[in-house]
Amino acid sequence: MVSYNTSDFRKGLKVQIDGEPFLMVECNFVKPGKGQALYKTKLKHLIKNTVLDRTYKSGESLEGADVEDTEMQFLYQDGENYVFMDPTTFDQPTLTAEQVGDDAKWLKDGLMCMVTFYNGNPIAFAPPNHLVLRVEYTEPGARGNTATNVTKPATVETGAEVQVPIFIETGELIKVDTRTSSYIERAREDKK
Amino acid sequence: MSLSQPDSSPTDLSRGRSSAPGSDRESVSHRSPELALPSANVDNLKRRAALLARTRRFFEERRYFEVETPVLSRDVCVDVYLDPIAVEGASGERHFLQTSPEFAMKRLLAAGAGSIYQITRAFRDREFGPLHNPEFTIVEWYRVDADANLLMEEISDLAQALLGTAPAERWSYREAFRRTLDLDPFTAGNAQLAEVAQSAGFHDREAERDDLLDFLLATRVQPELAKHDAILLHGYPPSQAALAEVATEGDVTTALRFELFVRGIELCNGYQELRDANELTRRQNEQNEKRIGQKKASLPTDSRLLRAMEIGLPRCSGCALGFDRLAMLALGATSIQEVVAFPADRA
Repeated sequence: MVSYNTSDFRKGLKVQIDGEPFLMVECNFVKPGKGQALYKTKLKHLIKNTVLDRTYKSGESLEGADVEDTEMQFLYQDGENYVFMDPTTFDQPTLTAEQVGDDAKWLKDGLMCMVTFYNGNPIAFAPPNHLVLRVEYTEPGARGNTATNVTKPATVETGAEVQVPIFIETGELIKVDTRTSSYIERAREDKK
Repeated sequence: MSLSQPDSSPTDLSRGRSSAPGSDRESVSHRSPELALPSANVDNLKRRAALLARTRRFFEERRYFEVETPVLSRDVCVDVYLDPIAVEGASGERHFLQTSPEFAMKRLLAAGAGSIYQITRAFRDREFGPLHNPEFTIVEWYRVDADANLLMEEISDLAQALLGTAPAERWSYREAFRRTLDLDPFTAGNAQLAEVAQSAGFHDREAERDDLLDFLLATRVQPELAKHDAILLHGYPPSQAALAEVATEGDVTTALRFELFVRGIELCNGYQELRDANELTRRQNEQNEKRIGQKKASLPTDSRLLRAMEIGLPRCSGCALGFDRLAMLALGATSIQEVVAFPADRA
């Protein structure tokens, strides 16, 4: 396994501490005038999502974590388990509801997403940053109102709730940013 | 090396999405057109130039005379955590890009120059971050017949004149640790310091006492100092005296060293200057031993400064200021890359 020296430290690095996988979400170079160079990091546990503050002195190193992302198709939910499929090997890894977390609200059958493996075991998934989804229900808005600064809640087909402009109607397609659960724009029907 | 600039897209990482854009190795090509342009905008560079002129005026009005000393010298300050860049010319003789103009300026003081200042470039290898660049602009000045007290007053005046800060509050190093950590940095045992440092996330089991104190100062005390406009921290442990005199007050011996923190950012470092050549040799040897202990190259401890100190350095106090940080604070920027045209990654 690769090991990273403090000079390689940067945001986005995946490292292993006491056998647990972490993502470096912040790394700052700190050096008191006459003191030693320090790297102040924030490390997020890739499974538990807890954040650790660690400071390393220049020259120390961390072991890289064997973390791999694979594009997979979401197949179905089986009770507490979410079943995915690797379209090339047909492997079907499952994630627990806890591992899927809040992002479950973006899942629909057949969705292509990223599944993260640590030491060969699936630990997390991420939906695409942008998704086009149908509005399942939203209060009817005033006709002709094209203002975008007034919003209302809309429930999309996967069950997630998104704030949309007042002119969006039930049954329309919208493009959303899954990272912020926010509305981007009205989407057109594809291939119809 | 990562730039560690303020996080512009926290959402990408806040969910541990390892596949998020930007998480792949950010290898910026040297041919990237973006790196041809300055990291600071032109307006900031003009404001920086005006600040430089005001800085000069501050010293001229106080009758300091501006000097110029070599950036490249045979001599070098020996400090465990200051890494000079060594340069070897065709003659084969090793020179060092100066980590500060201190040595040569003190040789001028010994020659009777009187109160002097200089604005020049200094170099410290591998220091790079939002508050660091391996090549930086340093303002250094020495006032003859001044004690630490007088120089601290002047530093406070300078911050008021150039940054509009309130008069600097004075906190002793001891008081600062007691207030923020409920810990006496002069009497606490190493085990206690190590325990506090470890609970604050310091991962170094072999850290020496000064490393622990530095860590606590940088990560626990400094955020507390950030709640104040300007603070002069003074009375450092004697092991951190560097080139300052030491004095015994009450039950402790402290270094007559002082630092100015503006909104928590370390801006100036000053000393009531050590004049004893033998003591300087002892300290430089000690620093070299620490360097060797850390598997760093040892540095020459003999210097022309020692010869000048043997002739006699006048009673004086001096201070060094990081001009890039001063400009950053004056312009309301959050990193020096916003006020330096071409930082190391674009140099």
